[in-house]
Amino acid sequence: MLETFAQASALLLALDPSVAGIAALSLRVSLAATAIGCAVGIPAGAFLAIARFPGRGGAIVALNALMGLPAVVVGLVIYLALSRSGPLGHLGLLFTPAAMVVAQAVLVTPLVAALTRQIVEDAEGELGEQLRSLGLPAWRRVRALLLDVRFSLAVAVLAAFGRAIAEVGAVLVVGGNIAGHTRTMTTAISLETQKGDLPLALALGMVLLALVLVVNAAAAVLRAHALRRHG
Amino acid sequence: MALPLRISGLVVEAGGRRVLDGVDLELATRGVTAIIGPNGAGKSTLLRALDGLVAPTAGRIGFGDDGAATAPRRAFVFQKTALVRASVARNVALAVEAEGLPAAEARARVDHALARVGLSGRARDAARRLSGGEQQRVAFARAWARAPELLLLDEPTASLDPAAMEEIERLVAALRDAGTKVLLVSHNLGQVARLAEDVVVLAAGRVAEHGPVDVVFRRPASEAARAYLKGELPWQSFDASP
Amino acid sequence: MAILRRLALTAALAACIAAPAAAQQAITVASTTSTEQSGLFGHLLPAFRAATGIEVKVVALGTGQALDVGRRGDADVVFVHDQAAEEKFVAEGFGVKRIPVMYNDFVIVGPGDDPARIAGSDTLEALRRIAAAKAPFVSRGDKSGTHAAELRYWQQAGLDLAAIRGEWYREIGQGMGPALNASSAANAHVLADRGTWLSFRNRGQLKVLVEGDARLFNQYGVILVDPRRHPHVKAEAGQRFVDWLASPAGQQSIAAYRIGGEQLFFPNAAK
Repeated sequence: MLETFAQASALLLALDPSVAGIAALSLRVSLAATAIGCAVGIPAGAFLAIARFPGRGGAIVALNALMGLPAVVVGLVIYLALSRSGPLGHLGLLFTPAAMVVAQAVLVTPLVAALTRQIVEDAEGELGEQLRSLGLPAWRRVRALLLDVRFSLAVAVLAAFGRAIAEVGAVLVVGGNIAGHTRTMTTAISLETQKGDLPLALALGMVLLALVLVVNAAAAVLRAHALRRHG
Repeated sequence: MALPLRISGLVVEAGGRRVLDGVDLELATRGVTAIIGPNGAGKSTLLRALDGLVAPTAGRIGFGDDGAATAPRRAFVFQKTALVRASVARNVALAVEAEGLPAAEARARVDHALARVGLSGRARDAARRLSGGEQQRVAFARAWARAPELLLLDEPTASLDPAAMEEIERLVAALRDAGTKVLLVSHNLGQVARLAEDVVVLAAGRVAEHGPVDVVFRRPASEAARAYLKGELPWQSFDASP
Repeated sequence: MAILRRLALTAALAACIAAPAAAQQAITVASTTSTEQSGLFGHLLPAFRAATGIEVKVVALGTGQALDVGRRGDADVVFVHDQAAEEKFVAEGFGVKRIPVMYNDFVIVGPGDDPARIAGSDTLEALRRIAAAKAPFVSRGDKSGTHAAELRYWQQAGLDLAAIRGEWYREIGQGMGPALNASSAANAHVLADRGTWLSFRNRGQLKVLVEGDARLFNQYGVILVDPRRHPHVKAEAGQRFVDWLASPAGQQSIAAYRIGGEQLFFPNAAK
């Protein structure tokens, strides 16, 4: 095992270009998916937090359930949709990074929305009445609430990114793990492990772990800063 | 407040209970009116109904002689002020955001309000890290920035030490002197005596009594007022009945 | 709000970055995990690209899955190793014509100390001995060409798998690599293609026990997905790939691929 680790470290230190390319693709896909997840999920979650309408309770339960969508299932459904024989086949997106972004966005958006909903709803419980007494209309109240919870939201976004960059089921199915095109860290690790090329798999694994650690460290720093500054 | 405030038959139900059970009240256009009474009497609810935060189940709140005038500009100070995790200035700015003023004018209003409450030096500090007294002053800065005709205060000094309380009372007086009608809910009868001209005694969701402060305090006419005041001022002896 | 607008812009930009570059000519080939994992494509495709300027994107799946991808029109060419399934694919109208390209061979790999005493015997006898000894055996169980071959051998050996299988027969439903990993971990027997075996690094105590039997030869075929069935298929570029594989240049390239000095694939297009 030690020998494998040594070989893996050597690969990393040599900055093997294939490793760099694979890591770069993972980052591009997951960052794009997280950005979409935020653009859709944050407004949706905030709206759900403060709006009151019949069936709201059911909507919240459904949204929370979507957080647990198995990645492979999402991959399969999107594969069928994007396949040439499927409804969106004419877009020609299957086996491209764009398809991977779509799949991860589908996985990540409910997570962002559900967390935003909970975070904003808690803040509204604390601040909502007084914001109303300041004469603020609904959309301004949402803005003020989002301002208040921005640190918690950032942590939620980091969690979503963490989920995206670490998943393998969806991107494998819709991306096809094509060398040089749709091979991400996770699909490459899966492949190299299958081939028994453990040093390379481990090297990629170390990069992925390092990334996840950085993300979590960033979340911790944010929380600490928020606490220090705003109490 | 430019126009008189008339409340007739106000009923508010919440959680299956009648919190306000037919309140009739007419208030002068100037000065400070205190609202006192035992816990659960509905004092906070009355203020919230006046601010539009709570919808009446029945009855009317009217402004103007015919009761049909638009509601006046209002500001509300709560016992504990809810502040957003941002600077003091940003929090005060929320109070005028709805007016859609140009940025420069909004900033000027905020700066002016902060100066009036003595927080100019703290404008960029994190609002949540201020002391209790300072946070209440932020609430008053918000109120000042809105130039309210009607100011609603729900036990604004209940969580403050005497020094901070004194500062707040000075701000209340300043707003009153500037022409704002003030409604003050308070358990602190000394404060009521210092600030208010007239006092409303609320009990079990109804107005038990309404009159000048010294009259009600020394010669409460209603049983409810008497009982409440006895509890609050056990050393006080009341003159024999009306 | 400004934050949200910025986020939306980032998303749009990111989508553009992630979108497929349509400029360069490229085809999608659905092939098998054994071809991919043996490293053959890493060797062949640069040569093809140098000769024609066409880029080949390989989606590596099991034979069954690869043909399914072809049926759905998600690939331009399929390149697999199950003659019966390939001929059915063409007969159903999904493929234009099956061109044989090359063969490699299977080997039976097992524990170095050969507990079932199969070393040197022929394929069918080896399987009979493994079944009799109930020696651990890993099956891919994934509708792949290798799996189809394995099932054929059991049948040819006169063994009814359904009747004799037990704890010793482990069907993992995965590709060649995982099957080898599983065998290595359990010190079991497994039918593997030589290519994947040669590039497999996690051997443990496994050794090649049975090889060279003519039965173990494994024929590969390439088929252009029929553009009449799927009009969007890049028929011209796909056909050039098919032609190149069967051409002297392609066949030479295939023969030239070696691992540790050993040739893996034997071109036989002319036949």
